Amino acid sequence: MSASGQEALLRVEHLTMRFGGLTAIGDLSFTAARNDITAIIGPNGAGKTTVFNCLTGFYKPTEGSVILTHVDDKQFLLERMDDFRISQRAKVARTFQNIRLFAGMTVLENLMVAQHNTLMRASGFTVTGIFNSPTYARASHEAVEFSEYWLEKAGLVDRADDPAGELPYGDQRRLEIARAMCTKPVLLCLDEPAAGLNPRESEDLNRLLLNIRDEQKIAILLIEHDMSVVMGISDHIVVLDYGVKISDGSPAEVRNDPAVIRAYLGVEDEEEAEVVVERAVAAVAKKPARAKVAAKKSPARKKGVRK
Amino acid sequence: MAEVPKSTNVMPEARSIAAAAIAKDVLFTAVIAFIILGPIVGLKTFAISGSLALEQRWGLVTVFVAIVAGGRLAYHLLVWNKPQARPSRAISAPVLPFMNYAKYIAPALVAFAIILPFIPGVDRRIVDLAILILTYIMLGWGLNIVVGLAGLLDLGYVAFYAVGAYAYALLATIYLPAWFGDGIVPWAFFITLPIAGVLAALWGVILGFPVLRLRGDYLAIVTLAFGEIVRVVLINWSDFTGGPAGIGGIPRPSFFGLPFIEGEGGFAAFFGLDFKPIHRIIFLYYVILVLALFTNFVTMRLRRLPVGRAWEALREDEIACRSLGINTTSTKLTAFAIGAMFAGFAGSFFATRQGFVSPESFVFLESFIILSIVVLGGLGSQIGVVVAAIVIIGAFEVFRELNFLKAVMPAGFDPVQYRMLAVGAALVLIMRWKPRGFVTRREPSVVLKEKKAIPTDLVAEGHG
Ligand SMILES: Nc1ncnc2c1ncn2[C@@H]1O[C@H](COP(=O)(O)OP(=O)(O)O)[C@@H](O)[C@H]1O
Ligand SMILES: [Mg+2]
Repeated sequence: MSASGQEALLRVEHLTMRFGGLTAIGDLSFTAARNDITAIIGPNGAGKTTVFNCLTGFYKPTEGSVILTHVDDKQFLLERMDDFRISQRAKVARTFQNIRLFAGMTVLENLMVAQHNTLMRASGFTVTGIFNSPTYARASHEAVEFSEYWLEKAGLVDRADDPAGELPYGDQRRLEIARAMCTKPVLLCLDEPAAGLNPRESEDLNRLLLNIRDEQKIAILLIEHDMSVVMGISDHIVVLDYGVKISDGSPAEVRNDPAVIRAYLGVEDEEEAEVVVERAVAAVAKKPARAKVAAKKSPARKKGVRK
Repeated sequence: MAEVPKSTNVMPEARSIAAAAIAKDVLFTAVIAFIILGPIVGLKTFAISGSLALEQRWGLVTVFVAIVAGGRLAYHLLVWNKPQARPSRAISAPVLPFMNYAKYIAPALVAFAIILPFIPGVDRRIVDLAILILTYIMLGWGLNIVVGLAGLLDLGYVAFYAVGAYAYALLATIYLPAWFGDGIVPWAFFITLPIAGVLAALWGVILGFPVLRLRGDYLAIVTLAFGEIVRVVLINWSDFTGGPAGIGGIPRPSFFGLPFIEGEGGFAAFFGLDFKPIHRIIFLYYVILVLALFTNFVTMRLRRLPVGRAWEALREDEIACRSLGINTTSTKLTAFAIGAMFAGFAGSFFATRQGFVSPESFVFLESFIILSIVVLGGLGSQIGVVVAAIVIIGAFEVFRELNFLKAVMPAGFDPVQYRMLAVGAALVLIMRWKPRGFVTRREPSVVLKEKKAIPTDLVAEGHG
């Protein structure tokens, strides 16, 4: 069909997820392009995490399909794959809203576990590895070097031999991302990576994400609860509310979409909403200027946007 | 870590306030003890000629209440009132002190184990005890893979021990002689050992498949049930297993073909030694020592391989493992199978040492003892298993030696009958003081710059 790599990286089609009577996601369709940071935003309980769980195989969607296309045009129907195969074969990595590190293992060990499948093959599925075969010794050495590379990117080299559970919160977030990157993914899914970070940590995180997109050329799917955080770094935003897509487009388009503002302000009454929307639009109208200035001097931006 | 480290020099008024509070607490304890013990201990009913009479024993109640209050007071003064010298854990754990000498402990222990049978004064009884302890160390190390590393609570581990023992018993008494003639018998142990391990591992996989979807308590219960099923099958499948009577006449091991017999063709004659029965015991001792060290070596090696790291990651967080592309089912199965394999080896050794197997040797109590050794040693710690095995199995044996108590205590008192009680109490106490076992440090499996130990309060215990 299309020329190599022309197909969107991820195509979500009519995705529906019901829990008993509750429709957590209703008929959601969107695409994520290669080399883009695509953000999924929406208020709490909008179904963002559920979308991730469907993409990464932790939930089997009630309806719909999720198609991932590699650069070599190889396609994966994610909704039919086991969770660990999605990471292993389709190369989708993820982090969790409530950080899931191996707390009792060192930072380096966390990254080594992420390279399990490569190392497992190199160790002849343990049979030759137990005799420390040269192949395994080499692969193991390379894995440590690769881990070190990501530790540097995440600014954690000095903590490499400390238990992951002892790191400060912001470091844990970045470690979880580094660990996901050690699986060598084509798509990195981050569930609220900025939640609970202070402005400085948030800054480090954004730098890491932009580096992943620009240097590593890896697409990112980013969940964020706070709209302002994603505006600066995402290329494409999908807005969910009550499991339904209410807006989809560039940050500028989404920011000015009345439906989005309505959802975020949580107004029930239609007429009241009109008023609020007008006021809100007027309020955000000032923002672009600020955001543009800030894009150059990012520290100032971070502080400005968060508070 | 919410508590702020208290300053050590408590001010005088603070001290008197503390004394008042302690007095109040002790009094309160005494009152509660009286309320509970008053009716239970103080009033005793007994039957007199068909009717009930009440005996009052307030003196005894006073003694009991005094014990409780005294204990509480001792607790206050000796335990709770300790100045909090323990600094809050530093952000980065210091290089563990234990590792500095741990480097020498393990080789020292191995060297001691190697020369043990030749230390003057070591007699057959001590070597027998050492064999028993080594068997449990080996079982503990095997179970440590499943429980300590992979975090799968297996209460039916003894089933694999049984599979190994019966595999050897049946092969050595019936099948090998039938297939290859009687000449094979002296070699039976060495031939059967790997087969027993493989069979036990196979059982590990067979039992593992249905149960590994379960987690935590459910896994524990089902493994417990499987352990019992194996035992019940051994009892009831009389045609094959000999039923409750078990299998006797199992060939003793030979020194690589040389039997331990008196006279021509025996081990002693071949090496020009005087025949002594202890030669066989010493040989058995070295066999189990080699088997145990092999178990340890393999486990230590596996920890540094991806499979071992995946086991530990599984114990820490199964969902994260799956998100990293680890097939958790096969990872759990390998833990189960390798743990079972070592139990199979140990079972095979057990059969050749005893010369007799019966289902009675594979009751739940055995699983419990092995699990206690692992938990008490500190989940995942190899040296901890050694210490715990010596403490628990040693304690069991000490009770056999307490015959002087018979002279002191009333007639009919047999110390051996109290050993489970004492060991149970000891377990409760040790778990109270060292809830994570004797060794509370985890050694990282790979190091970038500097090896630091990981305090086990960060390490997960696994969810099944
Ligand atoms: N496993 C589940 N069982 C039942 N309901 C669920 C489950 N997971 C999520 N939900 C429901 O789906 C809705 C969306 O949740 P979630 O995706 O976590 O929201 P978000 O991440 O956007 O805050 C919520 O109402 C939540 O209660
Ligand atoms: Mg969420």
